[in-house]
Amino acid sequence: MNQEVGRGSENSSDSAPYSFGGAWQPSAIEIERRIARKARSRKNALVATASSIVVLGTLLSIIITSPGWKTLSETFFKWAYGFEVLPKIILGFGANLFLTVIAATSVAFFGLILALVRTSRSPAITPFRLLATVYVDVFRGIPMLLIILLVGFGIPALRLQGVTNNVFILGIMAVIITYSAYVAEVIRSGILTVHPSQRAAARSLGLSNMQTLRYVVLPQALRRVTPPLLNDLVSLIKDTGLVSILGVTDAIRAAQIESSRSFNYTPYVMAAGIFLLVTIPLTRYTDRTLRKSIERQNAQGLA
Amino acid sequence: MSIPVLALEKVRKAFGSEVVLEDISITVPEHTATVFIGASGSGKSTLLRCINLLEQIDDGVIRLDGQDISDVSVDPDEIRRKLGMVFQSFNLFPHMSVVENIILAPMRVHGKSRDEAIVEALELLTRFGLREKAEQYPDRLSGGQQQRVAIIRSLAVKPRLLLLDEITSALDPVLVNEVLSTVRDLKEHGMTMLLATHEMGFAKQVADEVCFLEHGRILEWGKPEEILENAKKSQTKEFLKRVHEAGRL
Repeated sequence: MNQEVGRGSENSSDSAPYSFGGAWQPSAIEIERRIARKARSRKNALVATASSIVVLGTLLSIIITSPGWKTLSETFFKWAYGFEVLPKIILGFGANLFLTVIAATSVAFFGLILALVRTSRSPAITPFRLLATVYVDVFRGIPMLLIILLVGFGIPALRLQGVTNNVFILGIMAVIITYSAYVAEVIRSGILTVHPSQRAAARSLGLSNMQTLRYVVLPQALRRVTPPLLNDLVSLIKDTGLVSILGVTDAIRAAQIESSRSFNYTPYVMAAGIFLLVTIPLTRYTDRTLRKSIERQNAQGLA
Repeated sequence: MSIPVLALEKVRKAFGSEVVLEDISITVPEHTATVFIGASGSGKSTLLRCINLLEQIDDGVIRLDGQDISDVSVDPDEIRRKLGMVFQSFNLFPHMSVVENIILAPMRVHGKSRDEAIVEALELLTRFGLREKAEQYPDRLSGGQQQRVAIIRSLAVKPRLLLLDEITSALDPVLVNEVLSTVRDLKEHGMTMLLATHEMGFAKQVADEVCFLEHGRILEWGKPEEILENAKKSQTKEFLKRVHEAGRL
């Protein structure tokens, strides 16, 4: 409504009379602007295309004309061989996906608990809060590869009764231990960004501390940290590949077995391609969620 | 005389070494509205938060229907169930629709069924002309509408006493009136209220008692016409003059 009024007054000198009820026709000045905008966007597209061709073309020609290109393409991009081993790598990737699903659900559970313990102010929780803080500090500060090695080789070395030697289970454990610490921090930051006035409003309605957390704080916190959590999920998918060091036959291990047999690195490239097939759509999706969440927060700021 | 809904006896509150409330004694009989006026930082909001047990007092006694609610053995959640509070910044829950905001406490705190709570919420929304906003989310509402929903949310638990903390301060002048007329409506229906406000004209209309606070102390307390038109203390006069100059009277 306002916009229309504004447009009407701008064009008050225009011969076409402005009326609220009648069908609106763009004025001469607006038609001119549209033509100009179209011309400009056409020019922009042209510049973008030209510069892309030049830059990418130069890079490509540098690589292809390099003295080592022929041997490199033989060892890394031997496609016929690549597709031959592809089924084995895909089978290995199944292990990565399985690891991801199990780890992600467990991490969501433990991460949430750790975050709740760390943000709790209840005196009875104090020792657990200290333990949770130490836990998070320690496991966020150690490279995951080290944790996998320590868990994978350390726990069997204890020779405890009833403790598994299964590398697959030990690998998952290491991943869960590490990622719970990461995710706990993300969720905790979400909880802390919920404004204290929201708690005050909930408490003044008579809701208990737990009810406030359950119905008011957590829903808002989790919504806010969805994009960073999705980011962590992408990282998790990739990092499940690290358990191959324990001998779990995942996509990387499968590629390694093939390539050590043929002295050709194409299986690695195939494995990389399979990872990308999953991670790129997920990354795009994460970006979209993030954009939406920012838009939503901006809208709230305006209200 | 019957027991007042609220009675404060020599209440004191300090944040560290800074004393924000000192020697506050008031009584609020049933069906009356007491309005606190005073400059920002005079302790109005803190006083309301203390009554709601959102802040802990450092001395004195607060009684609700005769019960000492400042006693350490009192469960704050229990007390807050009997009190409604509305904030300057609305504080609606942004992830819930209007009707969900309103039914949360009746369902979770007072154990009502969802259907029953919804029926009551819709009745309240209809009464205050917001029926068609029931399914909307707070960010789709104007400030005035949000604040009216916040008032309804606090009414839904049928409070003994309503605490209104500068509820129009975050609104632009056009929207102030719709909120104030809601409060006037409540007053006519006999709601016992405690208000902190900068709207002197409104204070005059709705208040049974006006309390002037300065630096955490009650300087004057009386009928609205006594305080707002014939203030005895020079500080009260000075404050009212400044408010008048700011165009709020």
